[in-house]
Amino acid sequence: MEVHRHLDEELDALRASVLRLGGEAEAALIRTMRALTERDSEAAREVLEHDDEIDQLEVEVDRQCIDIFALRQPAARDLRFVMAVAKMAPVLERIADHASNIARGAIDLNKEPEPKDYSGLRRMGEIASSMLGASLDAFTKNDATAAREVIKRDAEINDLYNQIFHELIEMMTEEPSTATRNARLLFVAKHLERVGDYVTDICELTVYMAEAAIIKHRH
Amino acid sequence: MSTFTPLTTPKFAIPSRASSAERATKIAVASLSFYYGRTPALQNISINIPEQMVMAFIGPSGCGKTTFLRTLNRMNDVIPGTRVEGTVLMDGQDIYAPGSDVVHLRRKVGMVFQKSNPFPKSIFDNVAYGLRINRLSTSKTELDGRVEQALQDAALWSEVKDRLKSSALSLSGGQQQRLCIARALAIRPEVILMDEPASALDPIATSKIEELIVDLKRQYTIVIVTHNMQQAARVSDLTAFFLLGKLIEVNTTEKIFTAPVEKVTEDYITGRFG
Repeated sequence: MEVHRHLDEELDALRASVLRLGGEAEAALIRTMRALTERDSEAAREVLEHDDEIDQLEVEVDRQCIDIFALRQPAARDLRFVMAVAKMAPVLERIADHASNIARGAIDLNKEPEPKDYSGLRRMGEIASSMLGASLDAFTKNDATAAREVIKRDAEINDLYNQIFHELIEMMTEEPSTATRNARLLFVAKHLERVGDYVTDICELTVYMAEAAIIKHRH
Repeated sequence: MSTFTPLTTPKFAIPSRASSAERATKIAVASLSFYYGRTPALQNISINIPEQMVMAFIGPSGCGKTTFLRTLNRMNDVIPGTRVEGTVLMDGQDIYAPGSDVVHLRRKVGMVFQKSNPFPKSIFDNVAYGLRINRLSTSKTELDGRVEQALQDAALWSEVKDRLKSSALSLSGGQQQRLCIARALAIRPEVILMDEPASALDPIATSKIEELIVDLKRQYTIVIVTHNMQQAARVSDLTAFFLLGKLIEVNTTEKIFTAPVEKVTEDYITGRFG
């Protein structure tokens, strides 16, 4: 079965590429939160410098998917796997974009007086990166149950976002001089909230890949 | 054997190529077994084939798909030492019942073979052949009209209308196969059985045959045996997978090619079989 050995090799290479992309997105997210909460602008610049490489990884995953579709015409579980990866790659790239946007915000914020408390945003970042890691594990193991568990955690991020949103608005109302800084923090919170949504998309794709069930827009 | 269930229960209806639930059953096969001597070639096959749809039979060589196709118009009757058990109901009538009219059956169920087999006659005479021997036209005008209609239905008319008296053997391989389809259509069957109809054709001729199959299902029930899985995916509404003389799984073609139920079907579809 020479032809199918080649297909298996190509699918393995595609899996390795998308996991590398996922790993880079996860690393960017962790590094950007360190840049923010530890006021490390050098780490923020590293995130920004690395973003082009992540973009190129996405293009490479795209190319691999197109080649497999065109040359191998995958079916059944292979089709679902390649389809899931093709849809997952831009999601991972977008997560890295959010990490870059947070890094830009961190560079600006680090020039200003330190806010009283980063604990809420730190917690959001920890949950988001933990969810992303768990979603990539679920994808690697083709584990729909684990993917569904990760999806449930998006509510934690949403709750934290709402809490931080109200706190920051209140601070801006009470102390208008903090408006610029708090608006930047609000953007950071929104970026992390979006990362939670993107991780949910990744998990939905894993469920599709494992069970051929389309669950998006249903929870 | 699986029932026809959608991929999921979506909140919004997802258009599907096949909605066999809305179609009447044209051919109902129940507990069909077929033997060459004592050797079983088909074991306990039960399947419903809905009208005006394309059903593809897929499976590895020797799995029984062609043998099964040939049971649907009793083509195996001519092979000595064979035996059929079970029932094949066409429009509710058992085609294997004692006294069943095989000539009438084959008029209702046309067949197209892997290798085109035009008669060494003119293009016109090939298509007119079945009409003449069955006395299905009463005048030259009617005969001409039915030959033209069959050639048009087979998407061949525009290519041959100016040379109807030329030998059919002067046509290209793809044209000869469409001529054989026209010959089958001329007697206005209700079911068309196709046994790898495009396996000997180039991609362009194959594409014409595939487009034709999709067009013809508006009027006919079509059953096609193919080794080309992409062809099954392109033309059929329903796909049945056979293995070692057994029907393993039948479902909508979308379901078979994206999420088959049986592991052995998935292994075959993904090329990891054997």
